Amino acid sequence: MSKVDLSVELAGVHLKNPIVVASGTFGFGREYGEFYDLSELGGICAKGLTLHRREGNPPPRIAETPMGILNSVGLQNPGVDAFIEHELPELRKHDLAVIANISGNTPEEYGIMCEKLSAAGVDMIEVNISCPNVKAGGLAYGTKPELAAEVTKMAKEHATVPVMVKLSPNVTDITEIARAVADAGADALSLINTLRGMRIDVNTRRPILKMNTGGMSGPAVLPVAVRMVWEVANAVDLPILGMGGVAKGEDAAQLMLAGASAVAVGTACFADPYAPIKVRDGLAEIAARQGLDKVSDLTGGVRPW
Amino acid sequence: MPIEQLCNVVEMTPLNDSTYWMTLEVGKMVEEQGLRAGQFLHVACGEGLLLRRPISVACVVPDEPENTAALIFEVKGEGTRWLAQRKVGDQVNVLGPLGNGFAVEEGGRYLLVGGGIGVPPLLGYAEAFHKNTVAVLGFRSADRVILADRYQEACKEVYLCTDDGSLGRHGFVDAQVKDILEQDKSFTAILACGPKPMLKNVAKVAAEYGVPCQVSMEERMACGVGACLGCAIQMADGTMKHVCKDGPVFDAKEVDWNV
Repeated sequence: MSKVDLSVELAGVHLKNPIVVASGTFGFGREYGEFYDLSELGGICAKGLTLHRREGNPPPRIAETPMGILNSVGLQNPGVDAFIEHELPELRKHDLAVIANISGNTPEEYGIMCEKLSAAGVDMIEVNISCPNVKAGGLAYGTKPELAAEVTKMAKEHATVPVMVKLSPNVTDITEIARAVADAGADALSLINTLRGMRIDVNTRRPILKMNTGGMSGPAVLPVAVRMVWEVANAVDLPILGMGGVAKGEDAAQLMLAGASAVAVGTACFADPYAPIKVRDGLAEIAARQGLDKVSDLTGGVRPW
Repeated sequence: MPIEQLCNVVEMTPLNDSTYWMTLEVGKMVEEQGLRAGQFLHVACGEGLLLRRPISVACVVPDEPENTAALIFEVKGEGTRWLAQRKVGDQVNVLGPLGNGFAVEEGGRYLLVGGGIGVPPLLGYAEAFHKNTVAVLGFRSADRVILADRYQEACKEVYLCTDDGSLGRHGFVDAQVKDILEQDKSFTAILACGPKPMLKNVAKVAAEYGVPCQVSMEERMACGVGACLGCAIQMADGTMKHVCKDGPVFDAKEVDWNV
């Protein structure tokens, strides 16, 4: 089998392969870094940061669903300064793109974090306007085009590295938000964040999650992700980091054909820590089998009816 | 450092109508990764289920050709039902060792307190401190009792309690623990595992008598390695800790029992 060039570009950031790990599923890399060298990955979207430390939501925070899970972790994190001091230097020991993920209570907080993280030298900033598990900020910014644009502008004004905005699927028309964010100057888009869901214990009549509802991820959401990446790719001219339920090479190939330049693997790691590497190898195999010189040739290659 | 490994099932014994003793060959996990009782293995349960199931290690046995670990679990849902259907010779995919286990010192005197499916993770400690531990084991009813003979063989004294009084003392374990500490509180520590309300009551009695108490906790878990922050436990100081990485064993004084 011929050797396929796996490298891709995402808003000017070079990834040696298109596999990134998704924010919130991989911590800051320490845990899975015990299983393999993080340099195997194209990049990491680090655990979502806020300006100040957050303890997150009360447990239970996890509920399993058919081929998926619900979570209501609620952005538990040590705060942006602790990340810069303790986690970023560790990640820098490995050869992979470091993408910091941020959530703010106000547009100003996004701005402050963008400044700090740019100065600290992350490769890219992923702006989370779509966390379904926090009351302030989070999803509110991701469901209203004008708010999404405001946050994007603020991030762009204060960041000196590319800004990628993470979109929520919990909207009627994702292209409307995508256009607003693109017009506000975003360098890239990532999608999808989790889908809001709920599971109830029929015996106790209580929701499994203490927050009642949470965000759904896992293989069950893949078709939604493929559809939304395809819609957004047709609507805006920005590179896309596609994600949502990717567990094997074929899933990643679907997202790339739909229009993604790179692909994030998330929930699959919980079942198999090696999932990102297997997805990468599976994707390379598909590209080789199709006689492609480079995996980036898959991007946008869907042939719709 | 945890590893992923395919383990042979070498024993599969029902202990009652819903509880199973599964012995796995764990290869070098004992010598190289230091697997011990009270830690857990994260077990992949079938193809259709996304998440692994965290199951405590009851005891580790040096054996030929491979060391073994005993997982004792109750069928609670689809995953554990799949696991209960495994047969000798099958293989299961595990991640481990994970979690911390109880902190014990040689020559210590421990009071072991287990409730229901919380009884098995203490077995390795009962056997390691041969004839030097006291165990209080609680079950719903006589037909739910498991491992009583193993504990009786390993411990200096064993007290059985059942919620309905069908065997041993009628009532919960904390009443028995209180009676024991009333007579003798010179234990190095109480090691407890069981449902949260039980742990809360045992922690209360331990605090009353000034005896250190370690509790092994459960929470719904995803990754098992500390990455997803799913399995949170609220601490008395307002912070969150995680069962998979910081636990499952916590100092009872650190836990917020009022949430």
